[in-house]
Amino acid sequence: MSAKHQHDAEQFLYRQADLLDSKKWLDWIDLFTPDGVYWMPADPAHKHWDGVPAIFAEDKNLMTVRMKRVLHPDAWSQRPLWGTNHVVSNVVVDKAAKNGDLVVRSRFHMMELRRDDVRHFAGQYTHHLKKTKSGYHIKLQRVDMTNAQAAYDYVLQVWV
Amino acid sequence: MLQERIPDLAQCVEPDRVRKEVYTDPQIFDLEMERIHERYWIYCGHESQVPKAGDYYSVQIGRQPMLLVRGKDKLVHVLYNRCPHRGNMMCGDRHGNTGEFFRCSYHAWTFQHDGKLRSIPMMESGYAGTRYGKDNPDCSMKQAARVESYRGFVFASLAQDGPTLKEFLGESRIAFDDMCDRAPAGEVEVVPNCFRVIQHSNWKIFLENQLDALHPSVVHQSTGRASHEVEKDIAKKTGKAPLSYHMLSAFATVTIDKWDDFQTLNYPYGHCILTGYMGLRPRDPDTLAYEKVMTKAYGKKRTEEILGVNIHHVLIYPGLSVQSPLQQLRAVRPLGVDKTLTEIWHFRLKGAPEPIYRRSLAYYNLVNSPATLINADDLENFWKCQQGLASDGGDWVSFGRHFGRDIEKPGGMVETGPNMGTSEAPMRNQMKAWAQYMGNGR
Repeated sequence: MSAKHQHDAEQFLYRQADLLDSKKWLDWIDLFTPDGVYWMPADPAHKHWDGVPAIFAEDKNLMTVRMKRVLHPDAWSQRPLWGTNHVVSNVVVDKAAKNGDLVVRSRFHMMELRRDDVRHFAGQYTHHLKKTKSGYHIKLQRVDMTNAQAAYDYVLQVWV
Repeated sequence: MLQERIPDLAQCVEPDRVRKEVYTDPQIFDLEMERIHERYWIYCGHESQVPKAGDYYSVQIGRQPMLLVRGKDKLVHVLYNRCPHRGNMMCGDRHGNTGEFFRCSYHAWTFQHDGKLRSIPMMESGYAGTRYGKDNPDCSMKQAARVESYRGFVFASLAQDGPTLKEFLGESRIAFDDMCDRAPAGEVEVVPNCFRVIQHSNWKIFLENQLDALHPSVVHQSTGRASHEVEKDIAKKTGKAPLSYHMLSAFATVTIDKWDDFQTLNYPYGHCILTGYMGLRPRDPDTLAYEKVMTKAYGKKRTEEILGVNIHHVLIYPGLSVQSPLQQLRAVRPLGVDKTLTEIWHFRLKGAPEPIYRRSLAYYNLVNSPATLINADDLENFWKCQQGLASDGGDWVSFGRHFGRDIEKPGGMVETGPNMGTSEAPMRNQMKAWAQYMGNGR
C-alpha cells in the first residue's frame, strides 16, 4: 500500500459521492465495470449479493432502470425538492493487487432533504476497484448501512 | 366527543362514498383498533419463523404489543408482551430466542412459553399469604384469546367470541392455498427477512390501493416505461430479458383500458381478490423444469388446476395483502391515524427448483424492498391523500367507479361485471364491511 494508492482511492471515492450529490446519474453508472454491481445487503452477514434478499442488488441494467425512472416527468416522488449530501471519510486501502486493483473501505454519512424532511444514513462502503486504462472502475460497491435494518420512514429512491 | 360531532358512525359510509373523517379522526382510529383490529383475526406470522422452542417474534395487534412464540410443547402461542408484575415489556427485541423460559429483565419473574408463571424470586417468603402466586391467572403472561393457523400462517384474535379463522377467511383462503399448492411439497417456508416501511397515511388508504387496478398505469408509468426501455435494449443484445423486467414494464405496457380485462371478487368481512396474471407462466426452461417437478408431485390434472389459478392479489381485511403467485405478503400495522407500518415477507415453495425462488426474490427486491422501484410513488400519493383529506375542501371520498353495476352472488359475494376490472367495488366492499365492524360496538 502506497501513498499513491491512498490518494487515488480517496479521490475516486470523493468523485463517486460527488456524482451522486450532483445527480449526474449516467456518469455515476459509468463508474462501474460492465459486470459491476451496487449492493446494499439486507443482512450484514450476507457474503454475496446474488440469490438473497437485498435492499439494492443492481447491475448496470437495473441501475439504468432506476435512473430512467427518476428522470421520467411522472416520477411523482421526485417532484418535491430532493437532494443529498455525502461525506466520505476513514478511507482504508485493504488490498492492492499487483495489477493495480484495490479493495477500499471507507465510512460515509449521507444527509437527505425531501420536501421539509431531513433524514440521515451512515455506514461503511467497501469498494472493489478495477484498474483500467481509463482509471479505476467499480466491480462491486458494497454498502453496509448502520441503519439499513431499521424501519424506513419512506423509502430510498436513489443509491446511497 | 365523537358521538356529538358525528351523530351516527354508520352515516360516515354510504354505498358509493365515505366521510373524510374516517381517515383523519384519531377517535375513529381508536374505535377501529377496538372494534376491528383488536377483535378479529390478525396475521401474526408464519410457523417457520419460529422453528425452535423459545423462538419468538414481536408483533403488533391493533395497539397491543404481542409475542409470537414457539413452545416446548411444539405449539405456537401468542402472548401479550407484558410482565404481569409491574407491566414491564418482556422482550424488547424484534425477534430472538428466549431460552427455556421467559425471564423479566426487571424483577426476574419467569414464565413458560405459553405464558404460565414459572417462578418468582423468593416466592415463599415474599408472597406467602398474599393473592399472588401460581394459582392466580393474573400472575401469568396473558394469552391472545384465540390463536389459529391455516397452512402454516398464524392468526390471533383478541376476542373470545367471533367467527373461527376458517369462517372469517372464507374464500380469501385461496391466498394461502394458491401459495402452498404451488410448492411441490405442498407448503412454504419463510425467508427470514422482513422489510419494514412506514407510510404517513391511514391504514385503509394502503388497503384500498391494493386492488385499485386503475392506479398502476398512472402512478407507476415512470418505472414501467424505464423498465420497458431497458427490457427492449437487453432483448436486442441478448435475445431475451429476464422476467423481472417484464414484472416492472407491465405497469406501463398494460394500458389503462387493459386493466379492465381483470376482475375483482369481493367477499364478506371486506376481503377481496383481484384476478389477473402478469405472465408468470412463460414457456422458458426454468418454468418447464418446475412444471415437471409439479407433475411428479401432483399428477398432470391437478398440476394444471394449481398453475391455472388466476390471481394477482388477495386482500385479507383488515391487515394483510397477499400476492400468492409470487409468494409474498405485506402485513399492515396501523401506528396512528396517519401512520402505518408495512412488514413485507416472502416465502420459498418447498421442493421447487431454485430458479422459481429467484423469480419471487426478484419481485421482492425490486418492488418490495425499502429501495423499491414501485412503492416510492405509491407512498407519495398516500401521503398526498392524507394531506388532502385534512382539508375542508370537501367532506367525502368517492368510490363511484362502475357503481350500480356490481353483480351480487349467493353468500354475500359481489363480483364486477365483464370489462370492469377498474371498478371501485373493492373499496365499496371494504367500507361496507368497515361499517358493519364499527357498528358492532359493545
